[in-house]
Amino acid sequence: MTAALRFDPIRLPEKCEQLRKEVRAFLAEEIAAGTFDPHKPNREDTDAPEFSRRVGAKGWLGMTWPKKYGGQERSFLERYVVTEEMRVANAPTRRFFVADRQSGPVLLKYAPEHIKMDILPRICRGEICFAIGMSEPNSGSDLFAAKTRATKTDGGYLINGTKIWTSSAHIADYMIAIFRTSQPTKENRRHGLTQFLVKMKQPGIQVNPIGQITGQYEFNEVVFTDFFVPDDHVLGEVDGAWKQATSELAYERSGPERFLETYYVLTELVRAVGPNPDTRSAEGIGRLVAQLHTMRRMSVSVAGMLQAGKEPVVEASIVKDIGTVWEQQLPHRVRDLAAFVEETATNRETLERQLDFAIKTAPKLTIQGGTTEVLRGIIARGLGLR
Amino acid sequence: MAESDNIVVETAEKIFADLADPQTINNDKKGAWQAPLWQALSEAGLPLSWVPDDLGGSGASLADGFALLNAAGRFAVAVPLAETMLAGWLLAQAKIASPEGEMTVLPASPKDRITLDADGSLSGRARGVPFAKAAKHLAVLAHGKDGAVIALVDASKARTESGLNVGYDHSDTVTLDKVQPVTIKPAPDGVDQTTLMLMGGVARSLQIAGALESMLDISVRYSNERVAFEKKISKFQAVQHNLARLAGESAAALAAATSAADAIANAKAFDDAVYLEAASAKIRCAEAAEKGGAIAHQVHGAIGFTMEHILHRYSLRALAWRDDFGSESHWAVELGKLVASRGADELWPLVASR
Repeated sequence: MTAALRFDPIRLPEKCEQLRKEVRAFLAEEIAAGTFDPHKPNREDTDAPEFSRRVGAKGWLGMTWPKKYGGQERSFLERYVVTEEMRVANAPTRRFFVADRQSGPVLLKYAPEHIKMDILPRICRGEICFAIGMSEPNSGSDLFAAKTRATKTDGGYLINGTKIWTSSAHIADYMIAIFRTSQPTKENRRHGLTQFLVKMKQPGIQVNPIGQITGQYEFNEVVFTDFFVPDDHVLGEVDGAWKQATSELAYERSGPERFLETYYVLTELVRAVGPNPDTRSAEGIGRLVAQLHTMRRMSVSVAGMLQAGKEPVVEASIVKDIGTVWEQQLPHRVRDLAAFVEETATNRETLERQLDFAIKTAPKLTIQGGTTEVLRGIIARGLGLR
Repeated sequence: MAESDNIVVETAEKIFADLADPQTINNDKKGAWQAPLWQALSEAGLPLSWVPDDLGGSGASLADGFALLNAAGRFAVAVPLAETMLAGWLLAQAKIASPEGEMTVLPASPKDRITLDADGSLSGRARGVPFAKAAKHLAVLAHGKDGAVIALVDASKARTESGLNVGYDHSDTVTLDKVQPVTIKPAPDGVDQTTLMLMGGVARSLQIAGALESMLDISVRYSNERVAFEKKISKFQAVQHNLARLAGESAAALAAATSAADAIANAKAFDDAVYLEAASAKIRCAEAAEKGGAIAHQVHGAIGFTMEHILHRYSLRALAWRDDFGSESHWAVELGKLVASRGADELWPLVASR
């Protein structure tokens, strides 16, 4: 076989189910206390610092990390359960999500010990927010075209240039970014970029909000002007970021957040059609649920591979490709079916409000965190076509 | 299910490689390959994998049998292996011993119904019964006034009208007209027509997933050989992206099918969670058969549209298997009704149950 793409069935262990109950109970309390409304994904206050701290206090941030850094040394499957329950409840995870999923693991792997001891426990407590500085005005999917310079100076580097589409930069305490430390070579156009830890909210960094078509302001332009980064904030090999970037993609691309972003409209549709749907609604819902179930099983399977120490980059790319296309189409399929919902359905207004937001959200889903085109390129490489 | 996971699959793959090579079969217009293949499978005890030793079978686990069906799909095996396995499984549910030789099950559609009359005879019509023409015996699920029964029927007592499915395999209409069964017993609690349809549906899902794996395999290989516009077509981004999507469909089908097989193999009963798994597998695999098969053909161009090429052995069978034991439309309606009856707030707990 050319393609040994296996998604072995993983059964979540018993302790995951116990944990799931705890997470659901916690979220129910938060909802009851008015922290957030699970039916309102389009709220303005997506940043919820106090909620973030309470999640941290539960031990649900950095849960797979070593205890000495504040982690719990629990499994990826347990982390998976927490992530999916938060996502399905529409909990405000913005403040901690990137740090927990991505930035923490990068620091664990590449940061010097004193920085790990300083920062990781604060992520685990839900105190700090991270952003990722990848894209630039002329460098998006083509990451290696990045031009923002890090020029060597006494004891560190001076940063000049602009990052863009940087989610959460306006609230972030830190950013993990790639900057150009050398020019690419003839042999390797990916050479010359270095990964850095950047402390935000300092002079030399200007964050300019960018309005999105949803009406929200989640991403930003971040301008660096002679901004100083000390030597010990270099993450990994100077000029060698390209070696580091790929293996972490499996963490970023296979999680439940890659197919659940518009899930709420499906729940609301089921509520609207009631217990005795007509054939058309039943068939539409049945197909969507079958597709959802399949993606979740694939995604859980990738979590199992991560737990087993594998680097399932191609499998994760498949999950993100199929998952994001699905969550992008979901509001439109739900809209198709909602056309036949009775005028008297009590949640009709909620469904319509949600559809309005989900339809505006949909276009970004196949762009953020690796476009469909990039993903299919990675899959094609895995198939031996490149 | 890794290919070397178990002895059952290893044995089967060796037999398939020796006696069910798709190119050899495709060249053999007279069907001379069939008898040696069936004989080898029978001698290895594979058709009665799901029948315990004391009922005449080889007593393999459900999991091993499912893995075997996935392997059979990878070779697009066109003998009644899956059908005999399902028949043996059904009979074993009622502790009825399996005879030797080819069998099939009926009904093979959730819409058809066989009834048990007061005189102990069976009547009814079942359409789209796979390989009925080749079967020596039929395993029948019927309805009597006291509930479901399972019966072994001599196939010569039934009237069989031949038909062919989209994949050129027998898909026949079987009519029972007051037929006295060889053996008949009540179905145990928890085994009814829906259970049979779910089992059959998962079997077909695994076969479809296997066929898609092979379609991906031969499509990738072909794209690395075929030259157009002075380069291998695998170097064109449009072709690469099509093949990436085929890989996704193949992976989704395999994931859905193996997950459902695992759920059934480890379930105590056919509860809602198993229903979700099995129905989803059939729905998603059928969708993948359509989308994935179309890409495999697109990559192959005209050569893939010929009888000479082996692609149709996989692509058309995968499409045909969609129809057996409930189409994706049937299962989608049923799954949708189940979800609706449980209510909106019970959807996620159902999806997250494993």
